[in-house]
Order: sequence, then structure tokens, then C-alpha cells
Amino acid sequence: MGKIKSLADLRKMKEEVQTKIKLRETSNHPEQVVQVKVGMATCGIASGAKETMKFFIEELEQEAIDAVVTQTGCMGYCYAEPTVEVTLPKKDPVVFGHVDKEKVHEIINSYIKRGELIDGIIPVNFKTIDD
Amino acid sequence: MRTLSEHILDIVQNSVSAGATLIEIIVVENKKKDICSLTINDNGCGMDAETLSRATDPFFTSRKTRKVGLGLPLLKQNAEAAGGSFKLESQPGKGTRLEAVFQLSNFDRPPLGDIWNTLYLMVLSYDKGELIYSHQTEKGTFSFSFNELKEIVGDVSFQQKEIREGVIEYIKTNLSDIEAR
Repeated sequence: MGKIKSLADLRKMKEEVQTKIKLRETSNHPEQVVQVKVGMATCGIASGAKETMKFFIEELEQEAIDAVVTQTGCMGYCYAEPTVEVTLPKKDPVVFGHVDKEKVHEIINSYIKRGELIDGIIPVNFKTIDD
Repeated sequence: MRTLSEHILDIVQNSVSAGATLIEIIVVENKKKDICSLTINDNGCGMDAETLSRATDPFFTSRKTRKVGLGLPLLKQNAEAAGGSFKLESQPGKGTRLEAVFQLSNFDRPPLGDIWNTLYLMVLSYDKGELIYSHQTEKGTFSFSFNELKEIVGDVSFQQKEIREGVIEYIKTNLSDIEAR
């Protein structure tokens, strides 16, 4: 495939990949996949949350883990930014602080893949944040 | 914030939390006039006069998780430090318009940054309505619509590798064609 310059190129590429990939069934059952929310308010962005989010997407894809990665607002732990809330299917959300690239690896390998808790969890008695 | 992209990523969330269904981001670079401006229009819930007057106060915020709100004050500070200006207009029920102007050649002007990644991440998170990004330089204009993109990608996931790389390449190529920086 050549360079993608126009929307028509993009459409062509989408049709090419569509045949070989699974559709977005996950969006109909968000509770069955891993959900990753990256804190991206001013504090998060200033601490590099954008790189964290991008890295999460790339790593999860590499590991072939079905996950939905989105942004969320400030969780109130500005000192620990970038913060990430991970919700495994049928589990309560867990918030990790100071999530740099290395931490992303650790979260994916230990928590998401094996369900083992790791350092850096922000001890909370909280439900999900929706703001 | 180190780049204009980071400011955009940040400020657009104000529009999202204001319930906007149409967000317009316009970046204009003009070498002749030596300006670079960022305009964000939304049709969200807007602000009354009192809220508007306090919006750029760092110790004012509409949320309850904390007592500071730095998004707008930081952008204002950056614009004013780079020989520019900052303007915020709003009407309750109608929407808000923000305009930050920078002096293009100013040493303190934050660079555009990786707007392609920024827009891509925004596509993943913002699903409540239309967002249009448009970038004008003396070489031309590039416009990018979320709805158009969503129509093309259809029910394939945006997180799919090929789609992610395709979208990013599409934005990058078009921006470099008009020499956006």
C-alpha cells in the first residue's frame, strides 16, 4: 500500500484490512474486555499522559489483548500523574500512578495478563470516575 | 504545556464536558503577518458572565475533584508570553469561542507538536459529536472531520493497527504538504 494522502486512500485501506480482521464486536460488550482509562486533564497531559496512552495502545496491540483505551479527566491524584485506571472484566477498577513506559509494561504483563497486583496502586475506595 | 497540541488536547475537554456536539479547532499560520492563532469554537452549554470572568483564574474550576483549573490560564500565559493575546467569549446555551494568538517567530511560541497523535487519541475518546480540525497556512488548508473519518472506518476498531497507522499517516502527510509546523 502506498502513501495515504486522501480519504479515498484511507477508505481503500480500510476495505483491505476489513476482510482480514475481526469487527468491533467489543464495543457492544464493553464489560467483557479490558478497559484502560488514562487520566488526561491538564495535570496528566503536562506529565506525559499522551505518550502513556499511545504506548498502551501499541503494547496491547502487540500482545493481542482486546482492550478499549480512552481518556478520562482528572482523578484527583495530580501528584501521581500520569494515572491510569484499569478495569479487568468483572473486576473493580484499579488505579495506577506514575505510569511511564516501564510501568505500562509492568501493568500489562503482571496485572492485565496474570491478574497480579503490582506496586504503584493508588489505594482508593472509589468507583469509576466519569468526569 | 510544551506544545500547541497538548493545549488543544487539554482545552477540547472543556468543550466536551460542556456537552458540545460540534467542536471546531482552527489553527492559522501566517508568516507575512507573523502570527499563529488557535481558535476553538463549540456549541456547548457556554458560561455566564461571572464564570467567564473567572475562567482564566487558576484557582477557579467547575469541577469538584480539586480546587485548581489550569488549562485556560496556562494557554493564556503561553500566548501572552509569546507576544500574542488571548480572548474568550461565551454565551450561556449557545457555546464558547476561544482565540489564542501567538507571534509566529517568537522564541517562546510553543511548537505545534505531534498533532496527528493528538487527533488520533481524541478520535478514540470523543464519540459524542462532530469535531473538525482545520489547519491553514499560506500553502493551503487541511481539514479533518471526525464524522467523515468514522463513516469511513465504520465498524472496524480505530485501535486496529492498520487503521491507527493509516489515520496518523493521512494527517501527517497532508500537514507536511501545506508546510504546517
